[in-house]
Amino acid sequence: MNAPVSFAESKMPLFLGVLFVLGLIAPFAIYPTFLMKILCYGLFACAFNLLLGFAGLLSFGHAAFLGTAGYVCGLMVRDLGVTPELGILAGTVSAGLLGWLFGWLAIKRTGIYFAMITLALAQMVFFLAIQIRATGGEDGLQGVPRGNLFGVVDLSDNIAMYYLVFAIFCLGFFIIYRTIHSPFGQILKAIRENEPRAISLGYDVAKFKLIAFVISAALAGTAGATKTLVFQLASLSDVHWHASGEVVLMTLLGGLGTILGPLVGAATIVALQTQLADSVGSWVTVIMGAIFVLCVLSFRRGIVGELQALIKRSGVN
Amino acid sequence: MEIFGIPTALLGSQLLVGLINGSFYAILSLGLAIIFGLLNIINFCHGAQYMMGAFVAWIALTRFGVNYWVSLIAAPLIVGVVGVVIERLMLRRLYKLDHLYGLLLTFGLALIFEGIFRDQFGISGESYEVPELLSGGVNLGFMFLPIYRGWVIVASLTVCFGTWYMIERTKLGAYLRAGTENSQMVQALGINVPLLITFTYGYGVALAAFAGVLAAPIFQVNPLMGSNLIIVVFAVVVIGGMGSIMGSIVTGLGLGLIEGLTKVFYPEASSVVVFVIMVIVLLVRPAGLFGKS
Repeated sequence: MNAPVSFAESKMPLFLGVLFVLGLIAPFAIYPTFLMKILCYGLFACAFNLLLGFAGLLSFGHAAFLGTAGYVCGLMVRDLGVTPELGILAGTVSAGLLGWLFGWLAIKRTGIYFAMITLALAQMVFFLAIQIRATGGEDGLQGVPRGNLFGVVDLSDNIAMYYLVFAIFCLGFFIIYRTIHSPFGQILKAIRENEPRAISLGYDVAKFKLIAFVISAALAGTAGATKTLVFQLASLSDVHWHASGEVVLMTLLGGLGTILGPLVGAATIVALQTQLADSVGSWVTVIMGAIFVLCVLSFRRGIVGELQALIKRSGVN
Repeated sequence: MEIFGIPTALLGSQLLVGLINGSFYAILSLGLAIIFGLLNIINFCHGAQYMMGAFVAWIALTRFGVNYWVSLIAAPLIVGVVGVVIERLMLRRLYKLDHLYGLLLTFGLALIFEGIFRDQFGISGESYEVPELLSGGVNLGFMFLPIYRGWVIVASLTVCFGTWYMIERTKLGAYLRAGTENSQMVQALGINVPLLITFTYGYGVALAAFAGVLAAPIFQVNPLMGSNLIIVVFAVVVIGGMGSIMGSIVTGLGLGLIEGLTKVFYPEASSVVVFVIMVIVLLVRPAGLFGKS
């Protein structure tokens, strides 16, 4: 996809610091469950963006990682009684392994075929989730306890849960940030811009794509596992292709290939869905579709991308 | 009579269902392949357009009393025109961009169509009566064949091979194939390529709607009928590769039959068998059975 606009990188740490402080005080101003939902989807979208925005790989099957990790975490915590941090870890690892398998298969093809293969593989996971008894089929996994973090901190308190989710998001965001700004991230960009050239420079392109895919899948899994604990529910809708489409939309709307775009996109979409669910009912799908169409036709840089372009044009550094 | 301990009537009826699903896979993957060949986009709203074909026929019958035979021609035309409008107003603006944007745009359109129909008609599904001429069935000795189901197979194969003939043997098809190879050169030779592209997209969409009308009396007419099908068709397209028209037809039919057989011998796996085959093909022949690597 097209190249990201490089935003005044020197100001970035300051900006992120301000956001971090805002994140710390936010639960006292805004409903924590709403914020946690934004952070979970934000991490999901950031993980997705690592793949699409920086490696140029469009996965249409990321719901498989979100959902699978949610099921694994939910089963571990509810039926095996492990502590929440182990549940999240297990979800992350399972999504990473699944990502390794999917990635290994999907990178055999490029472009549009890559998207279709990931979509088909994710649909297979969806069908399995309906049939396997452990996942609860249409009902999903209900009544997952939040438990005590490290066996000590009671997470049934929403504020405590919020700070855990916030910490997980920051950790995930930091991993993605470091990945993008590492030599590894530069090679990913090189592959995105010109794959034959990257090959001729001696890089094992398949290996780099696979590693990026696994990191992205694992972090999507972290988001899914955390989400299961927040809502105490792992549902079939998390493995449905609608969820895969949603994360594409969040990333596209926020700004493809920007650091903060996916979070902004996730916040916008989650807020819209929450607002619209009461007033327009089943028109939510239509509105999501319309935003998709508008973004593709005339808003391809996304919110953050447009802002960056605006700052650049006005000459502020 | 029994084969491998399975009554032939059961085997026959599942193979028939498989063949019917296979003919839908064939028409839909054929449409995707034609569109991809010239436009280089994957038409994600193909499933939604299939659903719209079925709904146009159902609305025409229940609200206006238009019969099946008229709908079989009119519904593809109407939905095809909608496709032409989409191509002219939206897709046209994306040809210079990364191909993935076409996929994303049509995905958004699929959500819009699906949402509108879900709001209007709910998700319970409507039934469409089999036309009188094709109702009833014949006893083939080893199994009972409902005439309508036989008709679906004949009609879809006719359309598939008709399309194959048009593309491989006529002058219009030659333009289309040339445009797929090198559209700039074809344009330089004085052929109106933008018009050819519009026509191609409209035709591909009309094929999907035609399949939808055929499907209406067999399956429930349901706003979600297309999205469930289209992902399987994507797997079919990955298995067959989009390089060959005949390849799409053969792959579609073959996978439908395999799915039908799986329903007989191992029903639990029938919903995932196509995806499993996709994985095997990716491992053995990544370019697809008929694809050019």
